Amino acid sequence: MENNREKIIEVKNLTVGYGDTVVLENINFTVYAGEILVILGGSGCGKSTLLKHMIGLYTPFKGDVLIYGESIVNATEDEKRKLMRRFGVTYQGGALFGSLTVAENISLPLEEYTRDSKAEIAEIVNQKLSVVDLEGFGDYMPAELSGGMRKRAGLARAMALDPLLLFFDEPSAGLDPITSADLDRLICKLRKDLGTTIVIVSHELDSIFTVADRVIMLDKVTKTIIAEGDPKALRDSSPNEWVREFLNRSNLKKAGMQDSVQA
Amino acid sequence: MHAVREFIDKIGSASEHIAIDVRDMIIFLGDLAKVIAEVVRHPRKVRWRETFYYMDMCGSQALPIVLMICYLMGLILGFQAAVQMRKFGTELYVADLVGFSILKELGPLMVAMIATGRAGSSFAAEIGTMKVNEEISALETMGFAPSRFLVIPKLLAMLIVMPVLTVFGDVIGLVGGLTVGVTMLGLPTVAYYDRTLEVLTPMVFALGLVKSVVFAFLIAVVGCMRGFQSDSDAQGVGRAATSAVVTSIFMVVVADAVLTILFSLMGY
Repeated sequence: MENNREKIIEVKNLTVGYGDTVVLENINFTVYAGEILVILGGSGCGKSTLLKHMIGLYTPFKGDVLIYGESIVNATEDEKRKLMRRFGVTYQGGALFGSLTVAENISLPLEEYTRDSKAEIAEIVNQKLSVVDLEGFGDYMPAELSGGMRKRAGLARAMALDPLLLFFDEPSAGLDPITSADLDRLICKLRKDLGTTIVIVSHELDSIFTVADRVIMLDKVTKTIIAEGDPKALRDSSPNEWVREFLNRSNLKKAGMQDSVQA
Repeated sequence: MHAVREFIDKIGSASEHIAIDVRDMIIFLGDLAKVIAEVVRHPRKVRWRETFYYMDMCGSQALPIVLMICYLMGLILGFQAAVQMRKFGTELYVADLVGFSILKELGPLMVAMIATGRAGSSFAAEIGTMKVNEEISALETMGFAPSRFLVIPKLLAMLIVMPVLTVFGDVIGLVGGLTVGVTMLGLPTVAYYDRTLEVLTPMVFALGLVKSVVFAFLIAVVGCMRGFQSDSDAQGVGRAATSAVVTSIFMVVVADAVLTILFSLMGY
């Protein structure tokens, strides 16, 4: 059934790494329109590296990444920039520009790429801020916001040009469980309301089971995709013991968290 | 034998480092040239607000220290000259020595050193920190050329304020020399003033400003380049700032030597 859906991203025979070290070898997968795909794996397995290759920040050793059917690996600088405007990226710490206010951060791509008037831009900024529950924070400097707010502001900026493809680098990292759950709900809402295709790099199991339609699990040892599919199905019936263990550890974590709350 | 081999090894690896550095600099300048061409064709694409911010930071805020250092420089120079000249009864020539030294060399050079310490290091630290925070990646994935946002405003600001600072430095440096002439040597103010105007041609002054523009370019470009090359951690940012200062000072002095030779070949 999935094969009939529109392919948004195709990763083909991708081999990536740093210097002489190969981190991932021969990675192949496809992201379909409107799905939420989570790339997961233990620390240091190269999931963030994979993401940075998908969004064109790094050049792979081998292989190709097609976004909307266009190669981001072989594109010229100008083509790459054009392609990059068609998706949004939310970084771990929000990556807001520290010298600009939150509103200016969000209006930056609008000022640069659209012919909207100042009033129109201000309206879009307010609308984006309300989507991420940050109404009234437009005039704050990024340094005045908490970590979770910065991430949401980063998301608002990533959505400024209404891209139909969003990437998240560790959206829950460093957030408390409640804020993290809020962000998960926001991600689900985006997909539901706008049909946005979303790729997330994460190792937070709670949020993976909430948001993911499909997961891709990377393995550090074999440097490949070790499992792919619905996270709940993988947790219960993956043939690979390590995959089941990884996904089941969430139960342990939950129990541990409740203990600490009670104490 | 072993020591010789080690020595040659060291020279080899140092040369390799220098070669890599030069290559990176050329690549950086190439990319920058493309952005400069784009900005020249569309001046609206310059981030003027940031440019004014850096003009204030590198210009007006640097003025007190520039005035102080250059005044003292003129004073010291005047004093040293006075001690020597007095032996020959040629006190008035202190005005010549101070005037030429300040306008041709020390004015632009002192301002460049101050700018290296203040602006060059802060450019590197700022861009390095942005790299740590993934702000540079964010700029790239938003489809922007990072140098248009991060280098052009700094470069433009430096190119504008450095000659202005140099004018201030020159004038106050001459005043420093005058102070020595009038107080220590007992020369009449008018005599010192007239002598200074007599020997200093507008061309001497202009060539000093040309130097300051070249220095401004070097300091801004090296500072930004070191920032972009910074490792993505706190120590990396620190190293980037240090390296920006060291490289800038080196390049400024080399450029000064080249320009001085060039100008003297041209007959100035």
